Amino acid sequence: MLTSFILRALDRRTSIVLLVILGIGILLPVLNLATDPSSPFHVPTYVLTLLGKYLTYALLALSVDLVWGFCGILSLGHGAFFALGGYGMGMYLMRQIGDRGTYGNPILPDFMVFLNWKELPWFWTGFDHFWFAAIIVLLVPGLLAFVFGWFAFRSRVTGVYLSIITQAMTYALLLAFFRNDMGFGGNNGLTDFKDILGFDIQADATRGALFFASALALAAGFWICRAVIASKFGKVLVAVRDAESRTRFIGYRVEGYKLVVWTLSAMMAGVAGALYVPQVGIINPGEFAPANSIEAVIWVAVGGRGTLIGPIVGALLVNFGKTWFTSGMMAEYWLFVLGSLFVLVTLFLPKGVVGTLMAKKDRKPAEKPIEDVVAPGAAVQAAE
Amino acid sequence: MNTPIDSTKVAHAKAKDSLLYLDGVSVSFDGFKALRGLSLVIEPGEMRAIIGPNGAGKTTMMDVITGKTKPDSGDVYFAGDTDLTRMDEASIASLGIGRKFQKPTVFESHTVWDNIDLALAGVRKPFATLFHRTTKAEIARVEEILETIRLTDKRDWLAANLSHGQKQWLEIGMLLAQEPKLLLVDEPAAGMTDAETAETAILLKEIAKTKSVVVVEHDMTFVRDLDVKVTVLHEGSVLSEGSLDVVSADPKVIEVYLGR
Amino acid sequence: MVDMISRFKTLLATLALVVLAAIPAAHADDLKPLVDGLGKSGYAALRQAVGALAATGDPAVAPILQSLSTGDLYVRKSDRAVFAATKAEDGFKLTDPATGTDAGTATSGEIDKIKVNNAVREAVTTALGSLTLMSPDIAKRRLAAADMFRNGDPAQISLLDQAIAKESDAGIAATLQLARAAAVLKSDQPDADKIAAIHVLQTKGGRDVLGQLTAIEASSADGAVKTAAADALTSIRGTLKLWDGAQNILYGVSLGSVLLLAAIGLAITFGVMGVINMAHGEMVMLGAYTTFVVQELIRNNAPWLFDWSLAIALPLAFLVAGLVGVLIERMVIRYLYGRPLETLLATWGVSLILQQAIRTWFGPNNREVGNPSWMSGAFELGNLTITYNRMWIVVFSLVVFAALMLVLKRTSFGLQTRAVTQNRPMASSMGIRTPWVDALTFGLGSGIAGIAGVALSQIDNVSPNLGQGYIIDSFMVVVFGGVGNLWGTLVGAFTLGIANKFLEPYAGAVLGKILVLVFIILFIQKRPRGLFALKGRAVEA
Ligand SMILES: Nc1ncnc2c1ncn2[C@@H]1O[C@H](COP(=O)(O)OP(=O)(O)OP(=O)(O)O)[C@@H](O)[C@H]1O
Ligand SMILES: [Mg+2]
Repeated sequence: MLTSFILRALDRRTSIVLLVILGIGILLPVLNLATDPSSPFHVPTYVLTLLGKYLTYALLALSVDLVWGFCGILSLGHGAFFALGGYGMGMYLMRQIGDRGTYGNPILPDFMVFLNWKELPWFWTGFDHFWFAAIIVLLVPGLLAFVFGWFAFRSRVTGVYLSIITQAMTYALLLAFFRNDMGFGGNNGLTDFKDILGFDIQADATRGALFFASALALAAGFWICRAVIASKFGKVLVAVRDAESRTRFIGYRVEGYKLVVWTLSAMMAGVAGALYVPQVGIINPGEFAPANSIEAVIWVAVGGRGTLIGPIVGALLVNFGKTWFTSGMMAEYWLFVLGSLFVLVTLFLPKGVVGTLMAKKDRKPAEKPIEDVVAPGAAVQAAE
Repeated sequence: MNTPIDSTKVAHAKAKDSLLYLDGVSVSFDGFKALRGLSLVIEPGEMRAIIGPNGAGKTTMMDVITGKTKPDSGDVYFAGDTDLTRMDEASIASLGIGRKFQKPTVFESHTVWDNIDLALAGVRKPFATLFHRTTKAEIARVEEILETIRLTDKRDWLAANLSHGQKQWLEIGMLLAQEPKLLLVDEPAAGMTDAETAETAILLKEIAKTKSVVVVEHDMTFVRDLDVKVTVLHEGSVLSEGSLDVVSADPKVIEVYLGR
Repeated sequence: MVDMISRFKTLLATLALVVLAAIPAAHADDLKPLVDGLGKSGYAALRQAVGALAATGDPAVAPILQSLSTGDLYVRKSDRAVFAATKAEDGFKLTDPATGTDAGTATSGEIDKIKVNNAVREAVTTALGSLTLMSPDIAKRRLAAADMFRNGDPAQISLLDQAIAKESDAGIAATLQLARAAAVLKSDQPDADKIAAIHVLQTKGGRDVLGQLTAIEASSADGAVKTAAADALTSIRGTLKLWDGAQNILYGVSLGSVLLLAAIGLAITFGVMGVINMAHGEMVMLGAYTTFVVQELIRNNAPWLFDWSLAIALPLAFLVAGLVGVLIERMVIRYLYGRPLETLLATWGVSLILQQAIRTWFGPNNREVGNPSWMSGAFELGNLTITYNRMWIVVFSLVVFAALMLVLKRTSFGLQTRAVTQNRPMASSMGIRTPWVDALTFGLGSGIAGIAGVALSQIDNVSPNLGQGYIIDSFMVVVFGGVGNLWGTLVGAFTLGIANKFLEPYAGAVLGKILVLVFIILFIQKRPRGLFALKGRAVEA
C-alpha cells in the first residue's frame, strides 16, 4: 500500500526533479573534495555550506507550500517548526561537545555552567544519542502542530484568523526561548558545535555530507509531497482550498484533512531546521521571529504556490538575491527589495514564476484559456 | 460519529415513516427570525417543490437540514429517528443527504472528472483517501454520471471554465455521485436558458424516480414542469401546501406574491 | 546603609555651608560660652555640653557638633577656648567654630584635641537629629523625620516629643508620631504604650511599617504585644494586597490604553474594512517620527514652544500617516479587496519598505523624543504612584476612541463607510463613491495609528522597529475584541492589558505575555469571531 502510494507519484516530471536535486547533491561535494582549489571547477567549502543552507530553506518553503498552496492554510508560523527542529539538532550537537567547552564541564553545556546550574534538566536527557534527537526533530514540531491544529481546525478558524494565530504562536515561542530559565541557552541559543556523529563539523567532508543530506531530504520531501498531492487525499486538499464548505457537504470531514497535512508539513519544516543548524553552526531564538516565517511565505509566492517546484525555485532565487545583494555595497537596501518583492509578486505575479510559466505551457488550444482561473486565495474566500 | 438516538424526543409517530421530518424549527440571526416554527414532512421517494419570496427562509431551511446552521429550537429527524441537529455537515452528508447550493459551487481548479470523482460515494477518511486507488467500478460510475449530465466531452476541462449552466449541472452530477437518499436542490434553474431549464426539469424528474428530492425554485414554469406537491414558505414558516394549482389559488399566497 | 550615612554626611556638609554663611555674628556670640563648654575635661561633661548646645535649637550648632565628632575641634590650653583647627605649615590655623572667623594660629603644643568616644558620638548624632528636626526648612524637617522613623531610636523619644509639640506641619507631625511609635517599640516602655504604638503604626500601614512590625513580632516574647503586632501585620498585609491589586489594575489600564491606541486604527482598517494591514505598526512609527521631527524643529527654532510640541505633532502625525495610508490603499490594497491573504503579504512588504525608509533617513538608532513638562513627573494617590505621561495616555486613548465613535456614528462619512463595508454594490448603486470611501477610511485608520504614534513616542523608544512591537498585540486586541466592533476593541484592549499585569507578578513579564498569547490562541478557537461577535452572512463572506 505504502509502496504503491510512493511509487505512483513517480511520473516523468517528478523523476527529473528528483534526479536533478540528487545530482546536485552529489556533484557539488565531489567538486569540493576532489578538485584542486585552483581548478575552475572547484567549489569552495563556504559556497557549499551556503547552498546547503538554501536547500534547507527550500525544504521549508516546500512545507509551507504544501499547506498554503494546496490547502489554503497560510501559515505565518512555520518558522517555529523549523526552529524547533533546529533546537532538537542543536541540543544533540551541544551534548557532543562534551568537556571541550570553555568551562570544560563534562556534563553541562557552557551556558548552564555560566548560569550556575548544577545538573542537566530532564528534557536534555537522551540528546547524547543521534537517533533520539532525530526522533525529536520530527516529533516535537509534529506534536506542536497536531495540538495547535487540532484546536484550530476543529473550531474552524480559517483564513487570516488562522494566519494571525500562527504568528502569535511563533511569537510566543520567540519570547519563551529568549528566557534563560527555559534551559535552551536563552538569548545566545546553542552554538560552538564541535562534531556530529563523531565527525568534525568544520571538516570539508562533513560539510559535503551535510550538503548531500540536505539535498536528500529535499528530494524526499518533494517526493512525499508529490505522492500526497497525486493521491485522492491531495484532491480533497485542493477541494478544501477552493470551496471548504462544499467539501464538507460532500461528506469529507475537513478538519481531519487539514490536521494531517498540517502536521506532515510541520515535520518537514522540523527536518529542514535540523539540517540547517549544523551547517550554519548556531540556533538562537531569533529563528522564531515572525518575520522569518513570513519571509518563507514570500519564497513560495515568488516561486509559485500550488506547484511543488515553485517553492524550491522561489527559495533559491530569493536567497541568491539576498546573498548577492547584502554582500555588496547595496546591503542596506535589501529590505527595499524584499518589501517590493512582496508587493509586486502579489500584485503582478500571483501565480509566481513557475506557476506563470506552467500556465503558459499547459494551455491547450482546443480548450478555453485558463486565464480566468481564480487565484486560489480568492476562491477560498468566495466559497464560504 | 452517530449520536445515540433519543427515542423519547420523537414526539410524533409521523416522524417514524417519513424520510425528513421538521417540526417547529426556529432560527434567528442577531434577533432577526429567519425561520419561525417551520414544520415540514417529506415522505420516502417524494419530490417536493418549495417556493416563496426572497428571504422567506428557504436556503436557511436547507442550512438547518444539512447541519450548516443549528436551529434555536425544534426537531429535525432523518429517516425516522436520526436527529440531524446534533450532527456536523460531513456526517449528515454521509447519511445520504446531498445538497446543491443556490450559488453553484464546484471545485474550480479541479477537472470535471475530478469533481465527480471526489463526490463519489465511498472513502471519506483522510488516510483512506491517501492510499486509495481508483477502481474500475468507480471509473464506470463517473462516466455514467458524466453521460447523464452531458459533460462527457468536457471531462478534462477545469470546472472554472464551464459556463454557469454547466456548473449547475456539474453540481447536480456531484449530487448524484454521492448516491444520496435525499437531494436538496436550491434554485437549480437560476441563470439557465429556457431550453436548459426544461432539460433540468426532466433530469430532476428522472432522479426523483429513485430518490427523494426537495427543490427550491422561483421559476414557476419550472415548478409547473415538475408537477409535484408544492410548499409555500413565507417569513420563515409554511404558508400553504398542495398542488401548484391549489396553492396559487390560495388568497394568502396571492397576497404575499402580489401584495408586495 | 553605607549609602545612607554618606548621604546624611553630604546633607550635613551642605547644611554647614549654608548655615555658616547665614548666621549673624551677634547670634554666634550667644553660643560662645556653650561652645567653650566643650572644652571641659571628661566625657560626661562633654556629653552634657553637647546636650546644652543642642538644646538651643540653633542651626549654627550643627556644623560645630559635626566638627566635634570628626575630631576637628581643639581646646587652647591658655584660655580653654574652643576652636576648629586645621594643620598649617607651622602648627595650626584656628577658626572660631561658631562664626567661622579667623582666630589666628597656634603651635601644636598650645592646643589639645578634644577627644570623643562612642558615647559622645552617639550624643552628637542624637543632637544633630534633633537640630534638623528643629530646622526652619520644611524639606529638611521632613527628611529628618522620615530618617527618625526609619531608625526608630528609643534614645530620641523625649526629643521627638519636643519636636512633635513644636511641629506646625501636619504631615511632618504625623511622621514624627510614627517615629516616636517606632522608637517606643524598641524601648523598654510598658506593654500598654507599645500596643498603642503598634496601633499608631497600623493606621499608617504600608511596606516600611510592615518591616518594622515584622521585626517586633519576631523579637518580642509571647504576650499582648506580640499578638497586637501579629494582628496589625495581618491587617496591614490585607490592605497592602488591596493596594497591590489597585496598582495592578492601574498598570493594566495603562497598558490597556497603549494597546487601545495601537489597535484602534487597526480596528478600522481590519475591523471595519476587513483589510489586513501589516504595515499598521509602521503608521504608528511614522507618527512617532513626526513627533521627533516637530520637536527637533522646535528645539532649534522656538524652544519656548516645547510644551506645545505634542499638540503640534498630533495633526501633523495624523496627516502624514493618513496620507501614506491613502497612498498605500490607492497603490496596493485596492487591487486586493476580497483577497485578505494577499493583502496581508503585500502590506507586510510595505511595512518592510517603510521601516527601511525610516532607517535610511533617520538612522537605525533610537531617536530622542522628550516629554513636555506637563507629561513628566508623577503624583501620589493613596499608596499609588501615577506618572503623568501614563495618565495622559489613558485619557488620550479614551478621547481618540470617543472621537472615532462620533465620526463613524454621527457623520455622513461614517455612514458611507458603514454602508460600503456592509454592502458594496448596493452602496455604489446609491451613488456613494466607494473607491473614495475606501481610500478615506483607510486613511482614517492610518491617521489614527499616526496619532497613537505621537502618544507612544512618550513612553517607548522611537526607532525604526517601533511598529513591529505593536503589530501582533494590536491584531490580538482586535481579534479578541471581535472584528468589526469598536467597543470590542475597547474592552479587548483593557482586558488584555489588565490580565497581563495581573499575571506578571506571578509569572514574570515574559511568561505573562506568553500566557496571554496562549490564552488568546485558545480563545479564538472557542470563539472564532471574538468577544463581541457580529453574526450574519456579511461576516462569513
Ligand atoms: N447567516 C445569516 N446571518 C444573518 N441573516 C441571515 C443569515 N442567513 C439568512 N439570513 C436572513 O434570513 C432570511 C432568510 O434567508 P434565506 O436565504 O433563507 O432566504 P431565501 O428564502 O433562500 O431567499 P432567496 O429566495 O433570496 O434565496 C433573509 O432575510 C436573510 O437575510
Ligand atoms: Mg435562498
